[in-house]
Amino acid sequence: MNFDELFGHLGQHTVDGLSKGAIYALIALGYTLVYGVLRLINFAHSEVFMVGTFAVLGVWTAFGVQNNPPIGQAVLFLVLGLVAAAVASGGTALAIERIAYRPLRRKNAPPLIFLITAIGLSLVLVEVFGLLLPDIAGGALPTMFGRARQIVGMPTIIQQETLFTIGGTAITNIQLIVFISAVVMMAALDWFINRTRYGRGVRAVAQNPETAALMGVNQERVIMLIFVLGGIMAGAAALLWSMRFGFTQNSIGFVLGLKAFTAAVLGGIGNLRGALVGGLFLGIVEVYGATLFASNWEDVIAFVVLIVVLMFRPTGLLGESLGRARA
Amino acid sequence: MRRSYVRALGTAALAATLVVAAGCQDSGGEGGTASGDCGGKIAIFGAFTGDNAGLVIPSLNGAKLAVKQHNEKNPDCKVTMQEFDTQGDPAVATPFANQIAGDNSFLGVIGGHFSGESDATMPIYQAAGLAMVAPSATRTDLTQKGNTSFFRVVGHDGTQAGAVATYMKAQNAQKVFAIDDGSAYGAGITAELGKNLGGTLVGSDKIQERQSQFDATISKIKAAQADFVFYGGYTREAAPLVRQMRAAGVQAKFVGPDGLYDPAFPQGASGGAEGAIITCPCLPADKAGGTFSADYQKEYGQAPGSYGAEGFDAAQIYLDAFKDGKKSRADILAYVKSYDKQGVSKYIKFDDKGDVDPTKVVIWAYQIKGTAIEPLQELKLS
Amino acid sequence: MIDKIRAADRRRVSLLTSVGDRVRALPRWQQAIGLAALVAFLYYLPLLGIPGLTWLRTDSIAGGNNWAGVLFVCAIYVLVAIGLNVVVGLAGLLDLGYIGFFAIGAYSVALFGSVNSPVVKWIQQEFDLPPTWAVTWAICLFIALVLTLISGVLLGWPTLRLRGDYLAIVTLGFGEIIRIFARNATGVTNGPQGISAIPGPEGPPSAENEIFGLIDAKPWYWLAITMVLLMVIAVRRLEHSRVGRAWLAVREDEDAAAVMGVYPFKFKLWAFAIGAALGGLSGFLFASRNAFIDPTQFNVNLSILFVAMVVVGGSGNMVGVSLGAVLLAYLPERFREIADYRWLAFGLAMVLVMILRPQGLIPSRRRARELKDRAAEAEEAPAHV
Repeated sequence: MNFDELFGHLGQHTVDGLSKGAIYALIALGYTLVYGVLRLINFAHSEVFMVGTFAVLGVWTAFGVQNNPPIGQAVLFLVLGLVAAAVASGGTALAIERIAYRPLRRKNAPPLIFLITAIGLSLVLVEVFGLLLPDIAGGALPTMFGRARQIVGMPTIIQQETLFTIGGTAITNIQLIVFISAVVMMAALDWFINRTRYGRGVRAVAQNPETAALMGVNQERVIMLIFVLGGIMAGAAALLWSMRFGFTQNSIGFVLGLKAFTAAVLGGIGNLRGALVGGLFLGIVEVYGATLFASNWEDVIAFVVLIVVLMFRPTGLLGESLGRARA
Repeated sequence: MRRSYVRALGTAALAATLVVAAGCQDSGGEGGTASGDCGGKIAIFGAFTGDNAGLVIPSLNGAKLAVKQHNEKNPDCKVTMQEFDTQGDPAVATPFANQIAGDNSFLGVIGGHFSGESDATMPIYQAAGLAMVAPSATRTDLTQKGNTSFFRVVGHDGTQAGAVATYMKAQNAQKVFAIDDGSAYGAGITAELGKNLGGTLVGSDKIQERQSQFDATISKIKAAQADFVFYGGYTREAAPLVRQMRAAGVQAKFVGPDGLYDPAFPQGASGGAEGAIITCPCLPADKAGGTFSADYQKEYGQAPGSYGAEGFDAAQIYLDAFKDGKKSRADILAYVKSYDKQGVSKYIKFDDKGDVDPTKVVIWAYQIKGTAIEPLQELKLS
Repeated sequence: MIDKIRAADRRRVSLLTSVGDRVRALPRWQQAIGLAALVAFLYYLPLLGIPGLTWLRTDSIAGGNNWAGVLFVCAIYVLVAIGLNVVVGLAGLLDLGYIGFFAIGAYSVALFGSVNSPVVKWIQQEFDLPPTWAVTWAICLFIALVLTLISGVLLGWPTLRLRGDYLAIVTLGFGEIIRIFARNATGVTNGPQGISAIPGPEGPPSAENEIFGLIDAKPWYWLAITMVLLMVIAVRRLEHSRVGRAWLAVREDEDAAAVMGVYPFKFKLWAFAIGAALGGLSGFLFASRNAFIDPTQFNVNLSILFVAMVVVGGSGNMVGVSLGAVLLAYLPERFREIADYRWLAFGLAMVLVMILRPQGLIPSRRRARELKDRAAEAEEAPAHV
């Protein structure tokens, strides 16, 4: 138990945890949106994120991006990456809805069936991208073995630098970008759901699908909308991920998805602000835990905290309330 | 009507059972020993598909090359080699071992490629009297368990860790920080290194598989003010780790063992791995004996990666045994035990435990330059 | 195309149900003969040599796996499926951490039965026992069952009050905790190095063992299939008992069940503990057959595979889940030729089966009716919903 290290640099660990949690939170939004409306765990959402990182990789490879481009180009590449990731992730989410969920919804199948279909579909996506990897990465992948499923690096777009130091806590430019973009994206989504006409439709369906239908809300369109929105958020997370960590692999989705889902449950699944709170909380818990013990206990600590929180607050920190979100 | 149909069905089922009981059996293998005066069949098992296949494929290719060359040179002494893909999973490797052990036409085994699958299957092959020659199972304790049919043509982790420690001391390392991935391989070699380093080891951390973010670990490295970082594990975690270390401004020299001898490592780290040192008990391609490198290049259109030469040597031992007219498992096991020849990777002669002579083990340091893994220097063993 | 598949599927289903009806219409003694023939066939399977059926064997292809060994894995998975079916199919609790119980079962025989385990070494030291001492296999079986039962209750006690979806993530976390603990707690479990020399019924693995040896997997299969048959009988009796009816009531409508005097929590906990014990039994057999375990063999992916077995086979129906287990264990082994595309094909098959047959390959009759009702409800609802 390394209390000296933890409390000696508490601020630093908190900042690290927040920037870690911001990415969890963005992915958690996808779980929360779908759960809030359909009461269903979209298990394939982790692969939506994975596809997003591959879209970023594909675009950057196609443009031959090198390490540390000049700032103007860097911004351009980031925007291009964001567009590609959002389109790819949103499209994947929509395709998942169409292929896997819609036929089942028609049959009014129980949630367990959705879960298994989603697992099958994520297996398909993981394998397809694993096998396609050499093609997507183009010349970037060493052809020594011509092997698929490996880890692929991406160029560094923005060099990590310490922006400022507050009381011994160094905050880097990348941490700041990740955190601010995540919060901005989430605020935008929150505004969209709570303030716009479409958002009202979403909330109506979440609250009571039948009444919403009677009131003239097109449920199919709402469902498509939430899948696309969740996908776009995952795409944004994919870009932030690529900028911060600079690598991808066909199997990165699983662990991240698991954490993001945990974050969503922690915050109160179905609750947008809960996803933010849950994600940040989980990120901080993980970094604290890894500092106190060793990094290999990180997941144990995360899950133990989850179980404890659920014992005392069975519906998560903020409770579940997409339908009841106050306008 | 229905009655009679049902009765017919019942009778048919009964009849089928009786036919079955009458001894319609199939024992699986073809049985019998090798046909003809010379030649036979060997098995090779390892992770030929899956995440870590990149480390194992060169060895498989090396072995295939040896068999092919042998069969071209000795048309009257044909040797066949059967591949068994375990995906590196001990639970998958065990039924394969039963299959190979139960089929008397197999006279020798090349494998395992990982330590876990070797550990799981060693007792089975020993019970069957089959020799195992491992090209890349390096965990130290595999040969310390009293097993008499396990041999490896590669130095073990203890030797490699000793060489790494010597190298670090020679480089005037003051503060070494050791990280491992908690795998059998990574944790094993890192623990061996710790024993050799003594006081210069100032800190350590364990990460978990598929981890992507290493802030906590990097803080610990910074707090320890390490000038060397050793990472025991594989590429998947090493590439992001070294990249994040560099981005966070850690200048310590990065050293890793043969698990990182994989072109995906420098590529996955996108420049972050520049200058990193990889040690490997495997020879640089151009240092391998004979025409092996050229032949391999010609056959597969690429340089032999990690353990290509070791795979070739492992196969060569059996090929020599066949050429010597050995035709039973016992004869071949005895032949392997007393094998004493120069191989392409090193001089091969096993001690009573099944290890090659530690002084004959060659450990090289490689350095990452761009996306290439370039030979740097041969390491002193201790 | 889809329509054609659907039509073919409907024909197959009607065939299946008609077979089922016919079997049920048979006199008792003929049913018994049929059953006996089936059991005899199960025991004969590892020797399978009927001309025309040998292609079923996994060693009939080049580089194929040992047939009896694969059958053993199938039997183990059937045991898992039966246990998980109690939890998922009968009690309706979604357990994504079933591998945790499997691992606890496996580790109980490894930790107490193997001379290489730190626990046995510690006991030897503490009580001055000879270095060959270890707990015998039969007692390990008992330990495994007790430990898994206890861990089932321990996990269930705080978590079963949670709603279904929360339960899923919590159990998933539990499975991960067990695996990570096994990996990190080197002093107890030997960590990533794993534990070797795990005993079988005849004691520690050695070449001298006559029946449960290292090489011949057939006796192991027969042992496993015997366990499976015993457990099938046991669970069947349970299903048709008061407890079974209570599970059904809880699954259908928890509140209504509570009103009728069935205390849901108690019965859920029962289901959880019984399911856990069956998973532990399966892990126990797995470990003693393989004689070597390490933490990598208990990945969370396996948990998900287990749930897939139950749902694809037809949750609630023991024949169905057993079929699911056999298919998911057997197909990847038989079709090794497509090596690199194996998991892709597997995923596709899962999606297709679920979309075409949400009730599973061989559903329980009650479940199938439920699903039909639900589908009918969906059709009655407004078209655009």
